[in-house]
Amino acid sequence: MTEPLVRPKRKNPLRRTQQPLSPQGVRSRTAHGLTAAAAEGRFALQVCLDCNAVIYPPRDACPSCLSPRLPFRDVDRGGTLLAETTVQTSTDPYFRERTPWRVGTVKLDAGPVVVAHLHGDTIEGGRVRLEFKLDKSGSAVAIALPAKDTENMADDPHLREMTCDPKFRRVLITDGRNAVGQAMAKAFSDAGASIVFVGLADAWKPFPGLDALCKIERVEIVPLDVTDTESVTEQAEQNGARVDIIVNTAEHVRSGGVVDRHGLTVAREEMDIRYLGLLRLAQAFGPVLRSRGADGVNSAAAFVNLISVHALMNWPAYGSHSATEAACLSAAQCMRAELRPGGIKVLNVFFGPLETEWFQTVPPPKVAPAALASAVVRALKQGVEDAFVGDVAEDVRQRLAVNPKALEREMTG
Amino acid sequence: MASIDLLSFARAVSSGEVRVIDLTQTLAQEFPTIVLPPELGQCAPFRLEEVSRYDERGPAWYWNNISLGEHTGTHFDAPIHWITGKDLPNNAVDTIDVRKFIAPACVIDCSKECAANPDFALTIPFVELWEAQYGKIEAGSWVLLRTDWSKRTYPDYAGLRDDGAHTPGPEPAVVKWFVEQRDVHGFGTETIGTDFGQGHHFNPPYPAHFYMHGKGRFGLQCLTNLDLLPPKGAVIIAAPLKIKQGSGSPLRVLALVAGGAK
Repeated sequence: MTEPLVRPKRKNPLRRTQQPLSPQGVRSRTAHGLTAAAAEGRFALQVCLDCNAVIYPPRDACPSCLSPRLPFRDVDRGGTLLAETTVQTSTDPYFRERTPWRVGTVKLDAGPVVVAHLHGDTIEGGRVRLEFKLDKSGSAVAIALPAKDTENMADDPHLREMTCDPKFRRVLITDGRNAVGQAMAKAFSDAGASIVFVGLADAWKPFPGLDALCKIERVEIVPLDVTDTESVTEQAEQNGARVDIIVNTAEHVRSGGVVDRHGLTVAREEMDIRYLGLLRLAQAFGPVLRSRGADGVNSAAAFVNLISVHALMNWPAYGSHSATEAACLSAAQCMRAELRPGGIKVLNVFFGPLETEWFQTVPPPKVAPAALASAVVRALKQGVEDAFVGDVAEDVRQRLAVNPKALEREMTG
Repeated sequence: MASIDLLSFARAVSSGEVRVIDLTQTLAQEFPTIVLPPELGQCAPFRLEEVSRYDERGPAWYWNNISLGEHTGTHFDAPIHWITGKDLPNNAVDTIDVRKFIAPACVIDCSKECAANPDFALTIPFVELWEAQYGKIEAGSWVLLRTDWSKRTYPDYAGLRDDGAHTPGPEPAVVKWFVEQRDVHGFGTETIGTDFGQGHHFNPPYPAHFYMHGKGRFGLQCLTNLDLLPPKGAVIIAAPLKIKQGSGSPLRVLALVAGGAK
């Protein structure tokens, strides 16, 4: 059983904040097949198309038959922990300040033997689940977890280095006025976040759900308008150093295409709220998040973007909205590169139409705000950086991978 | 007619013998802007982006880019703003005769009546009582409605409830009467719009817009400091920006009041 995490004591303001470090993160192009799997929480290894051998570490030719046809495929993650050792010191600055650190060899049921980080609840000779996770450098590493969930297992210090668990962290939900923001506040409160800051613009405008929002445990309403640079800057000045996870729930969903719309007012609003709003948050909160990536139990951990899956392929019925979402996706990719030195994950959560008023005329399947919120919390606990929520998002992702041009034509249907 | 001594006037302004009162709200991001149903087009709130502030973006200078709607903050409504005024000559802010930007004002104080009643509606009898006390409204005067609304907190100022805004304003009959019987210059308020908060339920809806702009009259809204004006005698300087075919404009509204420091 893992020692349960205790709520971190208030920080001694006279102590220097530990600066973030990264483990070695260089991978070959082929090995990034593992990064791709880890980013989505899949367990994939190369499988030889000619002799069916399952291969690890990643190679450009099959060690059995020399075939170059080695695509990554999802494989069984079960295995046995053959042997373990504990690293007591290291020349690597990242591990040097985190020792002792357990590592071991895992014999996968699928074939290969893998050197992996070990969760504290794994035992030599015992059954394990191997997972690929993104470490602080953003690269895939293997970690062996106990075969079955154990008590407080998410609190394991090795595992917590690779996840963004909201427990005891302070979260900022940027917009509490909409259903998604309200569901998000509830989900993060339930997940044990120590403070859930919820941004509210134009407090003079009443909205349904305010009372319920205020009643959620540990919710603190703060003034925040992502369309107002001064407001975002002021909020970052006040609470930036007390925010460990940011979930940008600001949304502006309007139907209409690029040709079939009258004027640019709505398009400007879309870009202002979504794209420029993201930039304002990134500039105001990004540097302090990045500097607090190793700041103890409640270190800064993640920036969460909620992005329409139609960022990946335009949906003409909501065509201008899709284009805005694509801009957000591109900015999020940039943010990943910029925040990685602090070990901050940028989690992109993709979804199709939501069960909200602006998708009223769209038939199901639709994603309920509560389902989206629990998917975000789950993704942070897993430590993934791309999550697809709901049938539409999954469908778009799969069809895009097979034939983007076909999908483009199909979106107009 | 003896020529008017503008130099004496300037000296009187400078000495304080003629007081200059600022009737303008500060253009600030958080100041409420009119809200329409969300599927309709919206007036942009005031926003400000720093271009440089003595930094690498401009080492010796500070300046901002701003964005806002024509009807954001303290603003002027031109006749072209409303469908009833769309075909009038010289109905946009760039074509209105500049002489019309200076005019006297009658200030009708209904702050006491509004204090406990956000649904206070101005009526003809109310104005007739006012006239009995201060004299008839002269043709060509602004009628400014003092409600002390500008002193309220933003939620009370906007007055939004689930059935819409609750803020004071004029009944249709009195607006028509102002235009037809008193030939007023325009109508000005402290609230977000010139109309009654629930004015969309009147017949015609939004009478202050309907009648004023239909007859080529003007609107001023989001005014402040009306409590510093006398019932009669103030002169209003309200010159909108010269926006090409502009329907209105944020502006600085000044009142000149004779009689020295209050």
